[in-house]
Amino acid sequence: MSGSGGIATLADHKRRRVEELIARTSEAGGVSLIRDAGRRLLRNPTAVVGAAIILLFLVIAIFAPLVAPHDPVQRFPELTRDLTVDHIPGATAGHPLGSDPLGRDFASRMIYGARQTLFVGVLATLIGLLLGVLLGVIAGAVGGRVDMVVMRLTDVMLALPSLLLAITLVALASRSTQWTVIIAVAVVNVPIFARLLRGSMLAQRESDHVLAARALGVKRHDIVLRHMLPNSLTAVIVQATLTFAVAILDAAALSFLGLGDPDINRAEWGLMLGVDGVRYFEVRPELAYFPALAIILVALGFTLLGESIREALDPKNRR
Amino acid sequence: MVRVILRRLIQLIATVIALMTLVFFWLRSLPGGPVDALLGERATPQTRELLTRALGYDQPIWVQYGRFLKNVVTGNFGNSIRTGEPVTEVISRAFPATIELAVAAIIIAIGLGIPLGYLAARHRGRLLDNATIIVTLVGISIPIFFLGYLLKDWLTQDIHLFPPSGRITTGLGNTDVTGFFVLDGLLTRELDASADALWHLVLPAFTLATIPLAIIIRITRASVLDVLDEDYIRTADAKGLRNATVRKRHVLRNALLPVVTTIGLQTGALLAGAVLTEKVYNWGGLGTLITDSISGGRDYPVLQALILLAAVVFIVVNLAVDLSYAFIDPRVRVK
Amino acid sequence: MALLDVRDLSVVFQRRGTRPVTAVDGVSFTVEPGQTVGLVGESGCGKSVTSLAIMGLLPRRGNTVAGEVLFENTDLLKLRPAELRDRRGRDIGMIFQDPLSSLNPVIPLGLQVAEVLERHQGRTRREALREARGLLDAVGIPDPERRLKEFPHQLSGGMRQRALIAIALACKPRLLIADEPTTALDVTIQAQILTLLKELVDNSGTALVMITHDLGVVAGLCDTVNVLYAGKVVERAGRHHLFAEPRHPYTDGLLQSVPRLDADRGGRLHQIRGSVSDNIPWSEGCAFAPRCDRVIDDCIGETVPLLGGALRCTNPVPKEVPV
Repeated sequence: MSGSGGIATLADHKRRRVEELIARTSEAGGVSLIRDAGRRLLRNPTAVVGAAIILLFLVIAIFAPLVAPHDPVQRFPELTRDLTVDHIPGATAGHPLGSDPLGRDFASRMIYGARQTLFVGVLATLIGLLLGVLLGVIAGAVGGRVDMVVMRLTDVMLALPSLLLAITLVALASRSTQWTVIIAVAVVNVPIFARLLRGSMLAQRESDHVLAARALGVKRHDIVLRHMLPNSLTAVIVQATLTFAVAILDAAALSFLGLGDPDINRAEWGLMLGVDGVRYFEVRPELAYFPALAIILVALGFTLLGESIREALDPKNRR
Repeated sequence: MVRVILRRLIQLIATVIALMTLVFFWLRSLPGGPVDALLGERATPQTRELLTRALGYDQPIWVQYGRFLKNVVTGNFGNSIRTGEPVTEVISRAFPATIELAVAAIIIAIGLGIPLGYLAARHRGRLLDNATIIVTLVGISIPIFFLGYLLKDWLTQDIHLFPPSGRITTGLGNTDVTGFFVLDGLLTRELDASADALWHLVLPAFTLATIPLAIIIRITRASVLDVLDEDYIRTADAKGLRNATVRKRHVLRNALLPVVTTIGLQTGALLAGAVLTEKVYNWGGLGTLITDSISGGRDYPVLQALILLAAVVFIVVNLAVDLSYAFIDPRVRVK
Repeated sequence: MALLDVRDLSVVFQRRGTRPVTAVDGVSFTVEPGQTVGLVGESGCGKSVTSLAIMGLLPRRGNTVAGEVLFENTDLLKLRPAELRDRRGRDIGMIFQDPLSSLNPVIPLGLQVAEVLERHQGRTRREALREARGLLDAVGIPDPERRLKEFPHQLSGGMRQRALIAIALACKPRLLIADEPTTALDVTIQAQILTLLKELVDNSGTALVMITHDLGVVAGLCDTVNVLYAGKVVERAGRHHLFAEPRHPYTDGLLQSVPRLDADRGGRLHQIRGSVSDNIPWSEGCAFAPRCDRVIDDCIGETVPLLGGALRCTNPVPKEVPV
């Protein structure tokens, strides 16, 4: 019936023109959600700024030994010489940002700080993510009693505001190390990831593609791992990006409260700001300004990127 | 409705007891137990044994746990290790200071946050909106203790606009009635004391309000934008209603629903922010108490009570928000 | 004099970073007082955008509206926003597709009806609510007194659409625009709502612009029909004429794809090949050409004009020659 007419009957050059025009319009349309999201992300200045900040941060962290003028823990006689209770030397030749309270090169400590801050942030986020995702997948996939136990557990963890939970965890450890800080900050995020995953699992359990897989006799763990988990991952990535920002802020807060890493050699921005920065605020405020600015920038970068990804993935914003 | 509240209350109590149980067993699982944690590693065996017996740690663990639960329920937390005073007394002394600070902060956050978020949404994409977005982003990215020091440095050192620390000028001779200094001044007609306390409150309250303010602005903005896209707003416009009516009756009422949840969460989170803010301004409330009870040897009896208090406040605030939803959203009411 | 005279109406969407899209491309049609006019087409053909443009309800950001919308000789497009608000709801009422999302979830139904009367007829709240009760009664909502205090989620779909009709007709407008008013409803309810609409419109002498993709709706209701494709009117005819003798292949296709009880059993239902996205710009020829069974070389190349103001086709379906 429909074979009788249509553009097949047109003269060649007319038909080619029509095909070409249709190809051009459909190019703008039917693109997959992910590709479409990626395209919108690249067009979004907020996302690009966020990504640029993170990239810069990563480059500095990775190449710290090449970028930094000095060893971050070495004390320099020319700096210690002028140190007093109410004087910390500013910029001098060879030390562009001057000295820290122990006569170390502040610029090098700032640069190596990217490394340590990245370390703390990434580990805290990753540990929280892995534990949370594990709990969430188990709760969502198994359901029943297991689900109830996991949910009550997250209830308990969510019974305190996050920073207060972190403070509690560190306070309950008999003494703090870098690891108590990382774990405390990580644990705080476990219930968030767990609930995110569980919610996503439950939503998918009744969805068409999972029902179809089940009807085809796909094994349960295969359904969970191959069909459900990948669909939840985008939400996890967004949450992880946002969590990173919170993690380094929380770590800084713990340092400020005297619950941070006790290692005086460690160059980490939160530690530098929370301990020396505020202690010598009136002597040399730069000791606070620089790490604070670095923390703000990096937190901002991750927040910008995370929110742009979330926005780009929102089907409401397609086209 | 009553059944829902009851069920939530039971859940609340269960959650708090579970939390306290975790704390209890955690403390006992520390190497050397709580006694070592209290005395440090260099204590002599004699003092250690004395304290172990005094605190009842020589008894079987389930006896200890039973007594611990009883104490939690009856509100008997023992004495502070640092000062020897009863824990309840130490806490109730610090309580009003933090509540005063938190109330001031949440008033600032709501009072400024909702109008600013609404204005930003109305001016979407224009200068005011972009400026608001940037400022709020910085607001959630800045370590608030650093902001505290910054404000203190500018506004109390460079310009002597505000007092740098404390809740009230010492030697003012104000009468203490409730412990809420601003309120006390009003009650006793010592208006100068009220004004002085209020003056001390400004910087800490703004510092503490930073994060909730930024978040409330952002949520309000996003929510208003969402609502503006709704079909019922188009209907309201199709009715020819005046702009002001559409905004007040149709946009704002719906847009505020998600904001209420945020306000609840942020009010709870103020407890955490207070720990930082109080340290910056030497405020002397619960936050200061937490810091003091951690640094210089852990004061576990006080800490336990504080954790319990924080959890109860946090959960109750969130419960209150959930319940308030039933009153503002008719869709929840019937369910 | 026509009640509504839409002349060369165009709407162009332009979002940041995307190519501009012409949703409505020079649409003209008229509505006489008391007349019922249909705008028919598949989703995406620009019929809803046309109605929103007439009402001035398109968001101002990113939309360019050109042409004239003469309502009783006043160009609505030239009115200041406040002047337009005075007319909307009073002179022109509108009902929408999804009755649930079109009613405010947190405001009692009574106020949602009453507020139109307060606004345009200077009623007090009490008077307006009393009148609202009468209006709900008139659209067939049982127990209106109780419904006044209820919220939209407590009503059934049909009931909600009745309420929206009550709102739209509250101030006895001279024109009612109905944008797919039955699409979101159950089939049994659809007929009820259409009957109600027809009754109300006939009794009050209100003109109606009916926007729909459903030719069944058109058949029961409309005096004249405008068929839209890709933002342009492709055929315009009286109802009987259009159904008896469609000229545009698109109209013909639409009609043939309606299942008929009197058709041969076992005969396959006709379908229009491809989808709305398979089209070419009007400037390059007939936008429908890629999906058309009657396409000829002359269809491609340049814009096809609206011949005689009624048919935009180079190779129309031939008139049946009386034997």
